[in-house]
Amino acid sequence: MRAWDPRIEEMPVLELKKLQYRYLKTLVYRLYSFSDFYHRRMKEQNVHPDDIKSLEDVKKLPFMYKTDLRDNYPNKIFTSSTEELVRYHVSSGTTGKPTVVGYTQKDLDLWTQSLARSLTACGLGRGDVMQVSYGYGLFTGGLGLHYGAEKIGATVVPTSVGNTERQIELMQDLNVTAIACTPSYLNHMGDVAEKMGISIKNDTELKTAILGAEPWSEQMREYLQKEMGISAYNIFGTSEISGPMFTECLEQNGIHIWGDIAYTEIIDPETGENLPAGEKGELVMTILQKEALPMIRYRIGDITCLDESVCPCGRTHPRIDRLSGRVDDMLIIRGINVFPSQVEHALLGISEVSGQHFMIIVEREGTLDNMTVQVELKQESFSDKINDLMDIKRKVSHILKNSLNVSCGVEIMAPNSLPRFEGKAKRVIDRRNI
Amino acid sequence: MDTKDFIIKQISVFSENKPGRLAAIAKALEEEKINIFAFSIAESKGFGVVRLLVDKPAPALEKLAHLGFMVSFTDVIAVNMKDEPGGLYETAKILGNSEINIEYAYAYSGKDAAVLILRVDQVDEAIRGIRKSGGELLKAEMFK
Repeated sequence: MRAWDPRIEEMPVLELKKLQYRYLKTLVYRLYSFSDFYHRRMKEQNVHPDDIKSLEDVKKLPFMYKTDLRDNYPNKIFTSSTEELVRYHVSSGTTGKPTVVGYTQKDLDLWTQSLARSLTACGLGRGDVMQVSYGYGLFTGGLGLHYGAEKIGATVVPTSVGNTERQIELMQDLNVTAIACTPSYLNHMGDVAEKMGISIKNDTELKTAILGAEPWSEQMREYLQKEMGISAYNIFGTSEISGPMFTECLEQNGIHIWGDIAYTEIIDPETGENLPAGEKGELVMTILQKEALPMIRYRIGDITCLDESVCPCGRTHPRIDRLSGRVDDMLIIRGINVFPSQVEHALLGISEVSGQHFMIIVEREGTLDNMTVQVELKQESFSDKINDLMDIKRKVSHILKNSLNVSCGVEIMAPNSLPRFEGKAKRVIDRRNI
Repeated sequence: MDTKDFIIKQISVFSENKPGRLAAIAKALEEEKINIFAFSIAESKGFGVVRLLVDKPAPALEKLAHLGFMVSFTDVIAVNMKDEPGGLYETAKILGNSEINIEYAYAYSGKDAAVLILRVDQVDEAIRGIRKSGGELLKAEMFK
């Protein structure tokens, strides 16, 4: 199939912009009238819905931030009542407080619609068997891809994460043709398959991989494609905008952001000013038709650039480049968001160590990301018995795992052995080379 | 008998597992003209503890702390052994008979004697027990 919805996907750019303006206007009027939160934000910024006279006027509107969701936990800025909600997803927060996203049926339909277009753009459809190896549950990855794949008529194998050997058996037995997971998990599957004496390239039907939820490189794509005989496509989305929503097309040259679903801006993260197409900056998105949790000018925090030219595939919707970093210091470890502030918060609660002096080292060992936290021992906790020191190390490791939801190594260091920072601390050493 | 006479101040130094740490400790002691009678290194993944018996514990501690090492005194006892076949067996029998629980131990064998250095959980009881069973302990005054 050429496109899931050619009328929208190949709409002339000017018409698309007119459509975006219409949606934006409706959204702003609706929020000004029905959202206390956004009404107050607009008043503070001294902007009224009548001031939005063109699509470019979007820049008059105030930004939204991740903290807005945390500060209004769990549902204070929802604009739909519980009667209208059909689902919640919950993501881990920076200091223990998660963020909650609510969905109306229309929100879910739009999310599924977006993925139906995207998966079709990756060449998938009826007759494909898709293994969804993203986590099912509070995380948006599993359920999002599940409904998207069902929508296009693919057969879903909802394996979720883990039990890799069984996943590989099912991949063979059910003639799986496509998989959705993190790039590091697919790589890991390749290693496990090899140990089982199975070559994904020669012994399975796998042809397509939809990969995301963590940063990965072009080199990794080339490696996976060659090693497994597949085509690998980048997928993008965060729970605040619904979940994973947008992918590349067969061209593998930028992620199509459906313009009728989201209006994309790239800004200078320091000044907040809009940057011209092609320049790298912070990704900001307005989700044009969202009901339960509308997001206007949401500062996603990823660094990328925008390409507004019409794609050789015929789709007119703008594309964003592969994400090249974060504005804040957020790390993504095996698909889980980790902020250094979270690590600090956890360490400060442990009396044996100096929580204010720590370093985070991230490495890619083989196929998986490994995070090691180095923290200084307090003089009064020093014991010359190795067992006492090992107990402290285990305690730190346990507490970090509980608060970060991802396990990490711990190194106990001597006092004053870690770097001290004047001004902004650079606590992360990322050796992943991505 | 005062058990205090037999409690020896061992220096314990925390050290990350990286090249040059032992040399840095040894250099510091050399600069203070401190003689090392015995030492051991206990290691774990990522870090270790260097334990030293020196002739002048107080200046040694001060110097190492001044250089930024995490360092502390640990109470240990030192049992004289015969430097001949069966010497350790004789001493170990005494420890066993005295029901002493050893947390760690290391030994050195010098020109005059062989010595077993012990960290035990109940130091006063251990000293009494060893002496009662006929064991000979080094006096703390040797290390001042």
